[in-house]
Amino acid sequence: MSQQVPIAEGLFTWPSTEPALLGSRCQHCGIATFPAAQSCMACSSQDVTVEELPSRGTLWTWTVQQFMPKSPYHSNETPETFKPYGVGYLELPGGVRVEGRLTESDPDKITIGMEMDVVFDTWRTEDNGDEVISFFFKPVDANETGA
Amino acid sequence: MDVAIVGIGIHPFGRTPSRSGLQQGAYAAREALKDAGIEWSDVQFAFGGSASSGNADSLGNELGLTGLPFINVANGCATGGSSLMAAYAAIKSGEHDLGLVVGFDKHARGAFNANPADLGLGNWYGEVGLMLTTQFFAMKIQKYMHDYGISNETLARVAEKAFTNGALNPNAWRREPVSAEQVAESMMVNDPLTKFMFCAPGEGGVALIVCRADKAKEYCDTPVYLKSAVLKSRRYGSFEVFAPSQALQQVDGPTVDASRAAFEMAGVGPKDIDVAQLQDTESGAEIMHMAENGFCEHGEQEQLIASGATRIDGSFPVNTDGGCLANGEPIGASGLRQVYENVLQLRGQAGEHQVPGDPKLGYTHVYGAPGISAVTILQR
Repeated sequence: MSQQVPIAEGLFTWPSTEPALLGSRCQHCGIATFPAAQSCMACSSQDVTVEELPSRGTLWTWTVQQFMPKSPYHSNETPETFKPYGVGYLELPGGVRVEGRLTESDPDKITIGMEMDVVFDTWRTEDNGDEVISFFFKPVDANETGA
Repeated sequence: MDVAIVGIGIHPFGRTPSRSGLQQGAYAAREALKDAGIEWSDVQFAFGGSASSGNADSLGNELGLTGLPFINVANGCATGGSSLMAAYAAIKSGEHDLGLVVGFDKHARGAFNANPADLGLGNWYGEVGLMLTTQFFAMKIQKYMHDYGISNETLARVAEKAFTNGALNPNAWRREPVSAEQVAESMMVNDPLTKFMFCAPGEGGVALIVCRADKAKEYCDTPVYLKSAVLKSRRYGSFEVFAPSQALQQVDGPTVDASRAAFEMAGVGPKDIDVAQLQDTESGAEIMHMAENGFCEHGEQEQLIASGATRIDGSFPVNTDGGCLANGEPIGASGLRQVYENVLQLRGQAGEHQVPGDPKLGYTHVYGAPGISAVTILQR
């Protein structure tokens, strides 16, 4: 029977009714990083704890990927069905700026500073029917209008 | 002990189906030996590297096996700069008098496809489509344009200048001028950067003969002195390629750090530089690197580039050989190509792309994944 599996263990809480990205915070200097690491890249302390990152932030910068990447890109797309996708860094208050795919790919609808939510959705379906879940950044307005 | 460059050699950049990357390196090495008037057997040590064409040490099979210490260098886009820095230190320490620095490469067509594991990243990062250097460059210039008022027209002008200069350089890959309009209207690759605003992985080889300064005139009438050679890696908080997350507080990147250290070592400042070769992986990089290397204020590029200041006949010529945009980027050779070009410029041998006014100080800068930068300052 097919099931939903996270694209990587430890990247976000899963399964969960309200999944969240998982970062690590240094107990020595206070900085956060994503994905969770075993040591702090700012001060090299190994005293770090894993915590859930905020689910809403503002877009720090972005681009649109207009061509289909070569391997290790792994989706269900073919060169014929590939659709350009947005990529950006979402600034999560009190946390870090996390890089991820945007649900929006129209450059005219993406602006620095716009509010976005971290959402979780199926990234690809494996041959055995398993749905591989990943995270995406979705404009807040699109959420609220249900678009 | 100061260090001089007394011989330079290049294999033309672009596509050469008849020669392997290694053979292009050997070609460049023989040219450099000839330029210095020495034999391969005179060379006491060598540092070299390639990313896709095997170990530089294999050049021994092409040039002859003399028993010299030949050290392979692998440091991404800063491979050439790292080799030169190592050779600089070997001579400065007094250990050796005369050595070879060489870089070459031959890459497949299309964007580099990096392996996440090589950079300590999970496979998911590549699977979802984030493992692309082009995205980083696009996102960095996107933010920069937003913060400092750089326009799309300026991005196009940088590429137009690169192809104009490439057309004047017999060793360049792209030798046809392309107008700013054509650049702007070419296919969008990663917004705001179009196809003609990006360099492509390519082929080529460059070699340099370095020696202790007090012996330079034995080999060369017009030695060029290496006043500084600095390599820096990123500090925590700089915005870098292949970063799944980054700090909320930004600090200066490795380019700024390397530049400051290089100026300090050479005892000169940005205003003293007559010609500069700055990493132009894409148009935006040249713009940002002008400021990061201390040559202007952030945002000032908009007016400087519109006024033609960075052209060969401008007040501050940048990428006079066409840069990465017109030469492509064979990783192992790319940083050394910049040094080759500056030596030509300082000798007054750059032909159609010669900077007027008898330049005396040249500056080179490379930047690459995952956040490293190498700078040299050369003096006639």
